[in-house]
Amino acid sequence: MRSGRSPWILVLPALTGLALLVLPLTGLVVRAPWSTMGERLGDPAVLTALGLSLSTATAATACSLLLGVPLAWLLARTEFPGRRLVRALVTVPLVMPPVVGGVALLLVLGRNGILGRHLDAWFGVTVPFTPAAVVLAQVFVAMPFLVISVEGALRGADRRYEEAAATLGASRAAVFTRVTLPMVLPGVGAGAALCWARALGEFGATITFAGNFPGTTQTMPLAVYVAMRHDPEAAVVLSLILLLVCLAVLAALRERWTNT
Amino acid sequence: MRESARRSLCVLAAVALGATACAAGEERERLHVFAAASLTDVFTGLAEGFEDAHPGTEVTLNFAGSGDLAVQITSGAPADVFAAADTATMARVAGEGGVDPAWAAEHGERGAVFATNTLRIAVPPNNPAGVGGLADLAEEDVAVALCAEEVPCGAASRTATDAAGVEVTPVTYEEDVRAVLTKVELGEVDAGLVYATDVAAAGDRVRGLEFPEADTAVNAYPIAVLAGAADPGLAAAWVDLVRSEAGRDALAAAGFGAP
Repeated sequence: MRSGRSPWILVLPALTGLALLVLPLTGLVVRAPWSTMGERLGDPAVLTALGLSLSTATAATACSLLLGVPLAWLLARTEFPGRRLVRALVTVPLVMPPVVGGVALLLVLGRNGILGRHLDAWFGVTVPFTPAAVVLAQVFVAMPFLVISVEGALRGADRRYEEAAATLGASRAAVFTRVTLPMVLPGVGAGAALCWARALGEFGATITFAGNFPGTTQTMPLAVYVAMRHDPEAAVVLSLILLLVCLAVLAALRERWTNT
Repeated sequence: MRESARRSLCVLAAVALGATACAAGEERERLHVFAAASLTDVFTGLAEGFEDAHPGTEVTLNFAGSGDLAVQITSGAPADVFAAADTATMARVAGEGGVDPAWAAEHGERGAVFATNTLRIAVPPNNPAGVGGLADLAEEDVAVALCAEEVPCGAASRTATDAAGVEVTPVTYEEDVRAVLTKVELGEVDAGLVYATDVAAAGDRVRGLEFPEADTAVNAYPIAVLAGAADPGLAAAWVDLVRSEAGRDALAAAGFGAP
């Protein structure tokens, strides 16, 4: 990179953009009753919600990796009719208000849902109001982030390595695990981080599909929302705790994966 | 005669000052009514009749949660009338000098109660769990949705279940009463505690069961003319309409009880 003065035409919008992203956070930090922070962190109810948030978001990211990476590969590396439509469908959860996503999940997997009805009748399984429902809601809203970033990485990767491996006799599956995946690993990592962060902050689909019960389905965002109704200060503190934990985890992972 | 004189003055003014000067003179009188969200249908209906009865007036309705409205009013939002869904919120506005003193002297400092709302057990139309009363909600195999205790309907639900001496462990604490209703409508829960007005609004998608302990948690709706009212007379006329026979009929049709 050539050193020297950065062009103002890039720096100015960059700084404005940064301000737009950071200012609301500043508001939160300035207004936070910091003295009560330790007390809240020791509150078992807060720790329960935080633990549930971290475990469900991690489970949702694992599910998304398992399902989303192959889906991204399908979109980037194969030709099939209707591929454009499938790609558009993958982005639907990004556009749909999460609450609507939650209702949609209820209509399919709820006790009276299209599939849920049979799950209930055949296996006695009801999904709503369980931690599994929290994970499902999170996968629904967060997986598209992973799919899109992995697909982008796959499209950007040099296909000649894959072709070379194939001519040397590697099977398609071997090419994927030995050549393709290591090549796009940074993209997968970035996608997984985005997916995890989005799952951690998930609110609308969760409260609609999974409900809100402490210890079972009440994640941090739900605890924040309920606290907002009667104790806004507590809500600010809870949001900051969630934010700090999220930043700490992402920063640690970034350090690990990219060494930057 | 006076009207035409005013109009010619206006034309003169327009020539002298520009067309904007006329706009102020022709503006219709606005009545700003701040009301709890549960009053949306009733007040929207009443506003039409009010505008017909008071030509030249336009009723601007602002519906939101009572608490949010109280904050707006005490922060100086232009409001003439406030109808709250609970007496505590109105008391808070009154405590900050928000109620018109002249009106308060006649009708009470904390507003006049014009309607009540009571809890009902909402069940899906086929009542799959065979719920008949509050005690059934404590059964282990009955899935129940309640409002979170932090919101008014949750506090009311708590009062009622305490009065009945039953301990209900719901599958979910919903963020507001409409969310409870949705869960019942979709058949995701066997029962939920909602207000009579919610049952009325849901039509035949849910059944509402009355239960005796509901009387311990009756929600009173107070209304008051506000200190910041631009035209206290007009604001009082709105309050009178709400408390009139026509107002009561409209409220009763929406599921509200008489004060």
